[in-house]
Amino acid sequence: MASITFENVGKVYPGGTRAIYDVSIHVEDGEFVVLVGPSGCGKSTLLRMVAGLEEVTEGKLYIGDRVVNDVPPKDRDIAMVFQNYALYPHMTVYENMAFGLRLRKMPDDEIDRRVQEAARILEIHEYLDRRPKALSGGQRQRVAMGRAIVREPAAFLMDEPLSNLDAKLRVQMRSEIGLLQERLGTTTLYVTHDQTEAMTMGDRVAVLRKISHEGESNLQQIDTPRNLYDNPDNLFVAGFIGSPSMNFVYGTIQEENGKLGVKFAGHTLSVDREAIAKRPSLSNYAGKEIVIGVRPEAFEIAQAVPNATDDQKMTVKPQLVEQLGSEAYVHFEMDSPPVITPDIQELLEDQGADEETLGSVTKFTARVNPDLAPETGQETVLVVDTSKLHYFDKDTGTAIR
Amino acid sequence: MSTPSLIKDEVSEPPRPPGEPGSTDNRLSVWVLRILSALIVPAVLLLFFFTFEFLQDPRTNKALQIAVAIVVGVGGVWLLFWAMDRLVSALPDRMAAGVRPFVFAGPALMILGFYLVYPTVDTIITSLRNADGSEFVGIDNFVRLFTESTYLVSLRNSVIWAIVVPIFCVGFGLAVAVLADLLPRKTEAVVKSLIFLPMAVSFVGASVVFFFMYTFRPEGFGEQIGLLNAIWTALGNDPVDWLRLPFWNNLFLMAILVWTQTGFAMVILSSAIKGVPDELLEAARIDGATEWQVFRKVTIPTIASTIVVVWTTILITTWKVYDIVAVMTGGRDGTSVVAERMVTEFYTFRNEGLGAALAVVLLVVVLPILIINIRRFQEQEATR
Repeated sequence: MASITFENVGKVYPGGTRAIYDVSIHVEDGEFVVLVGPSGCGKSTLLRMVAGLEEVTEGKLYIGDRVVNDVPPKDRDIAMVFQNYALYPHMTVYENMAFGLRLRKMPDDEIDRRVQEAARILEIHEYLDRRPKALSGGQRQRVAMGRAIVREPAAFLMDEPLSNLDAKLRVQMRSEIGLLQERLGTTTLYVTHDQTEAMTMGDRVAVLRKISHEGESNLQQIDTPRNLYDNPDNLFVAGFIGSPSMNFVYGTIQEENGKLGVKFAGHTLSVDREAIAKRPSLSNYAGKEIVIGVRPEAFEIAQAVPNATDDQKMTVKPQLVEQLGSEAYVHFEMDSPPVITPDIQELLEDQGADEETLGSVTKFTARVNPDLAPETGQETVLVVDTSKLHYFDKDTGTAIR
Repeated sequence: MSTPSLIKDEVSEPPRPPGEPGSTDNRLSVWVLRILSALIVPAVLLLFFFTFEFLQDPRTNKALQIAVAIVVGVGGVWLLFWAMDRLVSALPDRMAAGVRPFVFAGPALMILGFYLVYPTVDTIITSLRNADGSEFVGIDNFVRLFTESTYLVSLRNSVIWAIVVPIFCVGFGLAVAVLADLLPRKTEAVVKSLIFLPMAVSFVGASVVFFFMYTFRPEGFGEQIGLLNAIWTALGNDPVDWLRLPFWNNLFLMAILVWTQTGFAMVILSSAIKGVPDELLEAARIDGATEWQVFRKVTIPTIASTIVVVWTTILITTWKVYDIVAVMTGGRDGTSVVAERMVTEFYTFRNEGLGAALAVVLLVVVLPILIINIRRFQEQEATR
């Protein structure tokens, strides 16, 4: 087992197209790191660089202490799980798993021991003699995992291994892979475009994005899921992580009658001095327009928070209420132009939309207690937990701290 | 996807004559159409008969004959199908679904039966008769084939052709397909076109080209102009009459077929190789395979069924080889092959029985290969 280290890694294709610039990530021995981002952000390219399938054109790539920039894939001691499993169609499940070991001239009894052990762990014993064609998607997925496990490699590389499974199976395999990794303790680099997958599986999550201007790194932020969620570095990370995603609105912070207040779209909410004090640079923005971010769960129906003061409340008229049983989503609009920055545009693009879909008003989603959920169109008082607000520079999109 | 569903569609939606459940007026017109179609069928058949007469008349204008052949041929067939389809539609729905396939496949089946099955049966019968077909001789012809050295040489040569040619065609084809895959896209297209080009040359044409390469002038008949002798003498040897060199001359003839068929093998194999998913090769590389191991243990097994199809197709071609041998040596100097021997027996020695027997041998050898080939092809289609 080994660590994986990207040191200012970059990639320029022979045609001159730049895919990666200045990415530095250190994956600890035994750690599970997820690379996540919209399509085209370079996450798969980074993974394929570790595998040795893509050339590293800038910087250094380490597996353990060894620089592997010029080491061919077969000598890197890594195993990879592909999106479409890439099982050898002409071999049985057993042969598929044994293939890598046979190439390494391992004695037959040791091969058999490892394959049987992996088959036991993954519960694919009864399929060992079948061809991949005769297996379901989930079973193929397990075989692909088995092929990686038997190798006992220094690291696992997984390239969107769950994206071809249906939703229910995906959730099940998600936890299985997580458990397996914990049990084997093998360093794992995992690529996905699904932020839920990233958040639930990774010890740490690296958010990547397409290079939009020269000199910018693909890596936006790398942190534990919790920190990523609570302290996003910029609008892109804030908008990408979390479902439903964070609400954004233009607003200002000002002091009135000795009280700090955040003003947006005709609403004024008081803010705790402590919360502001945690972000010293915020004082430079006093009175200036900034972007305010509110997570859907920072809202609650007023009845559910009996000791809330009036200056934490706002009255809204829900456009739509989605009742999920465990929670309810209240969608409402505010009379303020929607926040449009390059970060937001890129996120919209990833969802197959553009700024036109935002219209001319700011749309918000609040996550509330399902028992108190209002009817659509019924005026509702919401309480905002203002200590959980996020503040961003409206030009650069970076978090104000 | 599968045929049954197709048939079901037809049953559920039989094409109806237009306006069937309408007024009496409409119903009347439907019947008129049906009677008309019933008349059209024999009419068209008569028309065909008279057209054949007309086309065989040597006195008529050629251009007119061509025009009539096209108009009557295409239009007549269309009219025939149209009228028959209409008649079938008049049957009860269930019966119509059963009959309709035969209406469309029937003519083709008849023609195939007439031009394929009948001659085959006739050949088998002829093979059991004597030279002019006047007497039944049992398996005498076959006994001669498998005992007399003349025919045994032909059989031996055909077997060698069938072994050597596919090996080289598939080998070269595979090598070129793999290597061309590594070239830049445009260069690859040029290289592949060049190698495919001989496919467009007829066997006779190719033979003439190679004849000049192998050609030999005996002492006193001028300078050596053959390419092979030019190289051979440049190395300090005496000129050789390559096409009379025992045993080796067979290989020189085979080279011609290899030259023309390699392009075919390459094109098919190249597309098969390109069809192997990249992830599969990458998975093997990560699993620890060298490029050669990737090729041998992943690429080759993945395209195995295509290799078999190419192999057997060329194998069948080798058994049918006639022109190359006829043009180059005429079957002399121990180069005779079965198909060439067959023509010689039929037309030079006028021995119909023996010629037919050789034809039967050809058929019997090719048949199982053909069946394997079709099976393989169907398997391949089924997994797609």
